[in-house]
Amino acid sequence: MPTKIRVMPTLLYKDVGLVKGIGFDSWRRTGSAMQAIKVYNMREVDELIFVDITATNDNREPDFATIDELADECFMPMTVGGGIRTVDHVRKMLSVGADKVAINSAAIENPALITDVANRFGAQCVVVSIDYKNTGGAAEVYTHSGTRKTGKSPIELARQVESLGAGEILLTSIDRDGTMNGYDVEITRKVSDNVKIPVIASGGAGSYSHMVDVLRDGKASAIAAASIFHFTEQTPLEAKRYLHDQGFNVRL
Amino acid sequence: MPPRIAIIDYGMCNLDSVRRAVEECGGVPVITSQRTEIAAADKVVLPGVGAFNVAMQHIRELQIDQCLSEDVVGKKTPLLGICLGMQILASSGTEGGESTGLGFIEGQVRRLEPVGDDNRIPHVGWNQVVAADAQHPLFKGIRPGSDFYFVHSFHFCAAHESDRAATTPYAGGFTSVVGKGPIFGVQFHPEKSQKIGFQLLRNFIFY
Repeated sequence: MPTKIRVMPTLLYKDVGLVKGIGFDSWRRTGSAMQAIKVYNMREVDELIFVDITATNDNREPDFATIDELADECFMPMTVGGGIRTVDHVRKMLSVGADKVAINSAAIENPALITDVANRFGAQCVVVSIDYKNTGGAAEVYTHSGTRKTGKSPIELARQVESLGAGEILLTSIDRDGTMNGYDVEITRKVSDNVKIPVIASGGAGSYSHMVDVLRDGKASAIAAASIFHFTEQTPLEAKRYLHDQGFNVRL
Repeated sequence: MPPRIAIIDYGMCNLDSVRRAVEECGGVPVITSQRTEIAAADKVVLPGVGAFNVAMQHIRELQIDQCLSEDVVGKKTPLLGICLGMQILASSGTEGGESTGLGFIEGQVRRLEPVGDDNRIPHVGWNQVVAADAQHPLFKGIRPGSDFYFVHSFHFCAAHESDRAATTPYAGGFTSVVGKGPIFGVQFHPEKSQKIGFQLLRNFIFY
């Protein structure tokens, strides 16, 4: 039996609060992180993704103190990303209560980090976050919150990080991000077909049927979503009920 | 007096999540690697995230293996291993090269092998835990087949059927809970499994 499909709200953290943008830009404030975590606890969501979107660009260390406070109230699995560049960052992040870390820019600048972290803490806690844009018909990976081109294809990069020891891939289409026009099914499918580790599809969810598309046709193992939960009445639980009715294996 | 729960610190885990969960469940958590504190606890939790060989190396350097064997298992103090903490209860493991475990429950820890296209490894997410005996003390008040949160690539192959307390239908089926007297090990993370996970932790804390 396959694993149950996970529906994961993504919380993006900037300065002192949560935000959500469109195409990694035009950020809107969406409230307090602690409040969001308490609500998601109560609703028993499957897992949370929490990303500090300015840590890398500001050349800051991850904000361990904030994560520590949030993790103390987060009784569900939490993946934390943003500014993680060293094995010691990972050690500290896990010790304050993160279950997994998401590595993005550092995974490309210093691929050995993936292997070092996997050897030390196990592959299961290394999520490599791949952000890409469809530039001129070809998908290209970007780092530093979508501001820096890499010349790499997300499919090749996914294969590469899998062989280095990544445990999961969080695949985000920057073009779809915040549009609520649906996931990038085609690229998700290509990445899923090329790796054996779980792929979390991200970017574009606007309705429950978008989730069905990326799970059925994109072969994603899990779905991440933000705007749909911040700006509409739709909820992770209703999403799972819908997925269940469509024949997917979910936790209800 | 609420039970004092020693949470063993050997540099390999998200101790804070376990500490908070024990607190929420009515125990008094004590994060420690000190022999006297471990020996004085009412119950002991052995958490862990990481690789088997590295974990055992740390355990030996801190002489926690000796303490667990003499002061905990030897005195029948209830012990709960979580995730990697469950795996190192075994006789041996293959992660990072063949290495010896604590050997409290006979068996070997091996890599999960996918069965068909549907099984991606690591096994990450929520999955069913089916207790061999519905009356098992850890499963009091827990509906059979409830979902717990897993994140792992290796699993405990117990040598004796009687030590397999629960199984999970993934990658051909694997042992998700081991138990031998007051020694328990769970492959999933009860501290991250919300209400149902907390019920299991309470069952252990007040066992």
